[in-house]
Amino acid sequence: MLTFEQVVFTQGGFSVGADLTVSENNVTAVIGPSGAGKSTFLHGIAGFVQQTSGRLFCAGADICDLSPGKRPVSMLFQDNNLFPHLTVLQNVTLALTSKLRPKKSIVTEVEHMLSQVGLEGLSARKPAELSGGQQSRVALARALLQNRAILLMDEPFSALGPALKDEMLDLSVSLASNRTVIMVTHNPADAERIADEVIGVAEGRAFSPVPTADFMSNPPETMRDYFRASATTSG
Amino acid sequence: MAKRAFTIIAALLVAAAVVVPVVAVLWRGGGLGSLSAADWSALRFTVWQAFWSATISVLLAIPVARALARRAFWGRSVLISVMGAPFILPVIVAVLGLLSVFGGKGIINLALEQLNLHQMNIYGPHGVVIAHVFFNLPLAVRLILQGWLAIPSERFQVAASLSASVFWLLEWPMLKRIIPGAFAVIFVICLGSFAVALTLGGGPRATTVELAIYQAFKFDFDLAKAASLAVIQLLLGGVAGLIALFLTQGDFLGAGLDRVVQRWDGSAWVDGLWISCAALFLLLPLGAVVVAGLPGILSLPDSIWPATLRSLAIAITAAVLTIVLALPLATRAGEIASLFGISVSGLVLGTGMFLLLQPFVRPQDIALPVTLLVNVLMSLPFVLRIIRPGIENAQSDFGRLGQALGLEGWALWRIVYLPRLRKPLGFAAGLTAALAMGDLGVITLFSRPGEGTLPLFMYQLMGAYQMKAAYAAALLLVTLSLALFWVFDRAGRTHADI
Repeated sequence: MLTFEQVVFTQGGFSVGADLTVSENNVTAVIGPSGAGKSTFLHGIAGFVQQTSGRLFCAGADICDLSPGKRPVSMLFQDNNLFPHLTVLQNVTLALTSKLRPKKSIVTEVEHMLSQVGLEGLSARKPAELSGGQQSRVALARALLQNRAILLMDEPFSALGPALKDEMLDLSVSLASNRTVIMVTHNPADAERIADEVIGVAEGRAFSPVPTADFMSNPPETMRDYFRASATTSG
Repeated sequence: MAKRAFTIIAALLVAAAVVVPVVAVLWRGGGLGSLSAADWSALRFTVWQAFWSATISVLLAIPVARALARRAFWGRSVLISVMGAPFILPVIVAVLGLLSVFGGKGIINLALEQLNLHQMNIYGPHGVVIAHVFFNLPLAVRLILQGWLAIPSERFQVAASLSASVFWLLEWPMLKRIIPGAFAVIFVICLGSFAVALTLGGGPRATTVELAIYQAFKFDFDLAKAASLAVIQLLLGGVAGLIALFLTQGDFLGAGLDRVVQRWDGSAWVDGLWISCAALFLLLPLGAVVVAGLPGILSLPDSIWPATLRSLAIAITAAVLTIVLALPLATRAGEIASLFGISVSGLVLGTGMFLLLQPFVRPQDIALPVTLLVNVLMSLPFVLRIIRPGIENAQSDFGRLGQALGLEGWALWRIVYLPRLRKPLGFAAGLTAALAMGDLGVITLFSRPGEGTLPLFMYQLMGAYQMKAAYAAALLLVTLSLALFWVFDRAGRTHADI
């Protein structure tokens, strides 16, 4: 569904290359060591990083020239997902319109989405008045309300405790069940929990998606050291 | 992109407003041969007083800054905030305060008289330097204090555990880095100082180039001579400004000065002495203005009120205009371009504008608009320094989120940037308004009687020896300046949700 034909994303002096296809309606995790290019890869799909070669197709259409707001992509960043000076309602409304005093029909849609993520009654609060988990839910609500075909997540729940993070991962996947989800994570356990396939990224190269179980039992050569400490000292 | 268009228009407007008058000055200027010996001695004095003002300010600031960096005491943060005040204090008010402490009948001379010691004279070259130190010592203290607080406290712990010399190991490298920049900034500021020279200087030994320009207008109406002098001031300020630009980094209006670094060296008594002396030096003149001004407040002449309203109108308009111009210019290139305004100096710009418009209108008719324009151009670099970090932070924090949501143009500014900028914008607007309110510069060149600003009115009261009214006017002026600053700054802070 999302096809990378010899694509290279370049930011500063750093490049990430990909030649692969992400299947529709899958949950795909992007895993790799720091500095390998996971975020660059994800931001490249979103349109924030320049694509210096190759072609990127989404459902057959070339999206390379589209600005971030026009791509069939909604994104959850690692932080700064919410505008601190806007209420929860206004933050989520931005998914549909830039009018901060929206029509009744939009308000109804927003409230419905908020209740789906478990945040009924909190629409008048500002982000600072919410807990970390609640803020993540607001951001998720907005990303889902944008109703784009692809949902990108860049380690979005890394600031939450383990139980809360697992809860949010499950919630995201269940609400995004009819979309393609691509999620960057540095924790293989997250991938094992929710991902159908895994894209490994190492040394500026993104590998083709591999079913999660296969990936974990047999990671690519260049990523072996990332998963297991070398066994030179036995015992 | 629309933003690019705004940036280019704003940059062109500012460039034109600075370059065109400068070109007029250069074109009209009679060349270096037309300058007399008096003018050359004005040049020498300008450089001399700027050099000594900067040197003394920086040298005195070092022990004061060090004392502030390592002592916590009740009122410390208030004192540091108050040290930001002389920067926005109307110059003429501060001069009056200094006169009441150091002047002929001032406190110091009264004490000296009692002790049968030689009287000191605040008028003349050293008076100009004292006044400049009064204005710039707090700035130097804040700049150097920032340097001190930037040294990680762990390094002091290491030095203490080694019983090593804190000075050579930690402080001297920091001072070497910061002092040239501080010196250069104060040097540039003193080069372009006018009101101090006007009130405390004058005469063959204490005339600056700016004062000479004023005299060329007022006494001789010799535009060519004024233009030649303006060229000299331009070169002086330009060269010094470029050097200052290379030597300084960081925001010199400084935030985060509240920390105290724990140290195990130095004497608390000596530090306390430095802090008390600095505090006295800065607060006595201000206190004197308040004390001397209160009695006369109720008997101010009626004609002061139109002047007050005029000043308020100019101040508020200048604040709004400067912000509107600054927003599209808040890039590195824009900031560098705006710095030309500050090295050019108010009187030079005013001279150029009068030269340009003189064939079409009488100078008195445009005195107020020119004053407004000059104030905007002179405040622009400070405002840009203040808001640029805010804009860059807003871009790096929320730029991508805004893009991902498809926000652009006005919607992007309205939703993403402006709310994040409320605090720096409020502070910048307050600064501009206060500076414009207390400005005594171009307005002295041309203004009809009864059509001046409040600082000019006050200066005229001083000239007529109506000292009671002058002190009262000073109190009114300083109260309004600080009130303007407070109102704008407060508006930016409430519910800023940062």
